[in-house]
Amino acid sequence: MDNQKKTDHMQYMEGMEIINSDIMDKVISEMNSYDYSIYTEQDVKKALLKDNISPDDFKALLSPAALPLLEDIAQRAKLETRKHFGNSVYMFTPLYISNYCENYCIYCGFNCHNKIKRAILDADQIRAEMKTIAETGLQEVLILTGESRSKSDVKYIGEACKIASEYFKVVGLEVYPMNSDEYAYLHKCGADFVTVFQETYNSDKYETLHLAGHKRIFPYRFNAQERALMGGIRGVGFAALLGLDDFRKDAFATGYHAYLIQRKYPHAEIAFSCPRLRPIINNDKINPRDVHERQLLQIICAYRIFMPFASITISSRENADFRDNIIQIAATKTSAGVDVGIGAHSGEQKGDEQFEIDDARSVKEMYDMIKSKGMQPVMSDYIYV
Amino acid sequence: MKDDKFILGGHEFTSRFILGSGKYSLNLIKAAVENAGAEIITLALRRAATGNVENILDYIPKGVTLLPNTSGARNADEAVRIARIARAAGCGDFVKIEVIADSKYLLPDNYETCKATEILAKEGFVVMPYMYPDLYAARELVNAGAACVMPLAAPIGTNKGLCTREFIRILVDEIDLPVIVDAGIGKPSQACEAMELGAAAVMANTAIATAGNITAMAEAFKHAIIAGRQAYLAGMGRVLDDRAAASSPLTGFLHD
Repeated sequence: MDNQKKTDHMQYMEGMEIINSDIMDKVISEMNSYDYSIYTEQDVKKALLKDNISPDDFKALLSPAALPLLEDIAQRAKLETRKHFGNSVYMFTPLYISNYCENYCIYCGFNCHNKIKRAILDADQIRAEMKTIAETGLQEVLILTGESRSKSDVKYIGEACKIASEYFKVVGLEVYPMNSDEYAYLHKCGADFVTVFQETYNSDKYETLHLAGHKRIFPYRFNAQERALMGGIRGVGFAALLGLDDFRKDAFATGYHAYLIQRKYPHAEIAFSCPRLRPIINNDKINPRDVHERQLLQIICAYRIFMPFASITISSRENADFRDNIIQIAATKTSAGVDVGIGAHSGEQKGDEQFEIDDARSVKEMYDMIKSKGMQPVMSDYIYV
Repeated sequence: MKDDKFILGGHEFTSRFILGSGKYSLNLIKAAVENAGAEIITLALRRAATGNVENILDYIPKGVTLLPNTSGARNADEAVRIARIARAAGCGDFVKIEVIADSKYLLPDNYETCKATEILAKEGFVVMPYMYPDLYAARELVNAGAACVMPLAAPIGTNKGLCTREFIRILVDEIDLPVIVDAGIGKPSQACEAMELGAAAVMANTAIATAGNITAMAEAFKHAIIAGRQAYLAGMGRVLDDRAAASSPLTGFLHD
């Protein structure tokens, strides 16, 4: 794309709400000063002995020095998970209702220049999908759209939330960032949880990956969780797409972002997702910043120890073996019966998927697996009041 | 001991152990209740129905009093609504008020708890408020119509024991309702100590849910709570501090 045509990614577009918050500046400044090479095994051991983990301890846990102590870290993470969640593992499924997108993100299957089969479900089709999903026993659904305000506007998403509330106890959203009054409207329609992936917290890198569309505006995306809470949403989810940039810094920024939000909004429920770009096979030595399973485990455990009360979701993009193990250590929520194509739950797929999944097990298979590990699958832990 | 009944909201219980149900597998609940000898079991209403797959209510033995809690409520209004849903769902008149607006430490909001207690007590609920052990709040709860007060021993889930010991002791001395120690109790010995202090009952969940053998730990708690209660009723013996008892009393010179 011609550089001259690119807009300033730090400049809000018309209609984007600007809120009074210093959280972004704090996160960026702390992330920029994070030098993970200075931490030693001793720092990691000291952190593990503490009751309350400080942001600096979190930095140590994410550093390369922590990798040789991964077993100890996993043990501590498991302890914290048990303390806060017992043996509960929450289940949900994502539901893609539209894949139209106005963004140009070079790594994403939905980007507006990709010639994929586009589709948007109407109310009847959404209902059919939700009914089919609810019949599996699930009580939590995560509604997703591509980021197109013209095709899937707020009213459309609101209608989907209203239908979802008829079938599910918990309705989460993973859609484009919006203003606080729009979040308030969607909350009224039944949505209770908002997740926004920042992808990378390095704004310079962000700019090179998100070439056009609303998503290009880094600060508007960054402040989405705060606007959601201002709109009355109960909980918010955070993630970086690990591997897009320096994953240690991105993981730190993700955790610190959530930490500062929780300090400012103590009632907010906090969640993490841990998506990653897969390293190329047999490419171990080429990029030390690749996120292999070992590094992913380190990050998930660090999130758990830093914020023991947070929900951590493990994606079906990870393989079955990794998922089966991580729910016994640090993850507390898992998707099941996942089909990321548009309309594929209740009939023929109408639109293409954003990415491929690795673990396609059904709700029943996941349920049985969780029980076989001595854990308790939980379909819902919330009453919408 | 035989006649030592635990009266709560006009209901009579023999066991003084209130068991939680939220953090372990459903198929262990029955054995845990039996081994604990528990007659009251708490359940989060938000967990009460897990759809058409499994329902926690199906795993609770008959004859056990359900104590639905309002966890998930962030203010009095939400707690009141959850309590009403619980009653409408057939969970009975008992309700444990939990109002928590801090997702990190999960400390109860005493002010909102008092407000919810007042509303629900007027509606005929047996209101059992979970609280931070503050004397003024406890008095407010008494005035609001609570059936007991449930001060925390330590932050919930921490298993740290009687961190608030001195404040719970004050509540035991000053409040004429049963004081039920809730949250933070990590070991049977700590439950025993709470009972020795004069607590009317102990509530535990995480300590049992995170034990190596859940049903065996439930039983260990049962014995500890009985022992602590017996000790309290027996009247605690004198425990000397680091000074020995004076063999020549200061008042020995008095002859009349």
